[in-house]
Amino acid sequence: MTENSSEQFLEAILKAKASKDLSAVSDLIPYFSYLGLEIQEEGDQYICHLPQAKKFTGNPTLPAIHGGVVGAFLESTALVHLLLTQDLKQLPKIITFTVDYLRSAKVEDCFAEAIITKPGRRVANMRVRAWQKDRNKPIATANANFLVS
Amino acid sequence: MANMFDISQIQNIIDIGIPHCADIGVKVEEISETDVAMRLPYDKRFVGNPVSGVLHGGIITTLIDSASGMCIYVKMQKYIPIATLDLRIDYLKAAEPGRDVIARATCYKLSRQIAFVRAIAYHDDPDDPIANSVSTFMLKSTPTKPLNVASKEMADKK
Repeated sequence: MTENSSEQFLEAILKAKASKDLSAVSDLIPYFSYLGLEIQEEGDQYICHLPQAKKFTGNPTLPAIHGGVVGAFLESTALVHLLLTQDLKQLPKIITFTVDYLRSAKVEDCFAEAIITKPGRRVANMRVRAWQKDRNKPIATANANFLVS
Repeated sequence: MANMFDISQIQNIIDIGIPHCADIGVKVEEISETDVAMRLPYDKRFVGNPVSGVLHGGIITTLIDSASGMCIYVKMQKYIPIATLDLRIDYLKAAEPGRDVIARATCYKLSRQIAFVRAIAYHDDPDDPIANSVSTFMLKSTPTKPLNVASKEMADKK
């Protein structure tokens, strides 16, 4: 990835953020479009929504969403939160990502929210949580470290 | 009966029994007694940075999770129900745009209830990895049918 391409991309994201066009943020990233990722504002918090889709099935007999999709969704939620809440000079880079799977994810809608545990000068440490029908029953949580400068 | 654990049989089971892997186009590259390597052909749908064309980390997570689960089946020579308990990935460098990614996973310890797995992702040189991962899986996580039985039933229905 060249510096130039990161800058151009970050600029486009910041433009969408400034115009409060949340769907533009997910439209800019092809993988977010593949996931059908939707971003909702809830007070000062952003909630990401992964719409139900058969293509995410990892286990048709349960049935359950593929664990990789759940992980990818959590990672995407963390990135969205960083992009929308932090004053960034460059595109955050994911360094480490750890998921705990708590319950099998049904092939239904998923939601997730992220918080920044520590907004460091160089590294942002984040916690992410995903749920389905019941917000008090998380299906997975994750820890992420992003390089932000 | 054909060996359930040769490349074409595993591919067949994945294509029918793991719809998400079929959708993203995962291909079994190589298997041995301890290792499974799976290839994700480069696909613009999974790009994380549209300017550079670099893949999103999330799709690498999916590839690693899939290879990590499959190496447990190969080690046990059984398709018992398993579920990822936790998965850590260190992203060592960005994947290069336009290139396939391979994930190679090894189950280095099996206990009665838990499998311990490590995996790396790379383009063509395992000594120059894109990502490193360790994960644990619950064995016999559900009382459901083994993957090979389930996917055979699904194939018969078609």
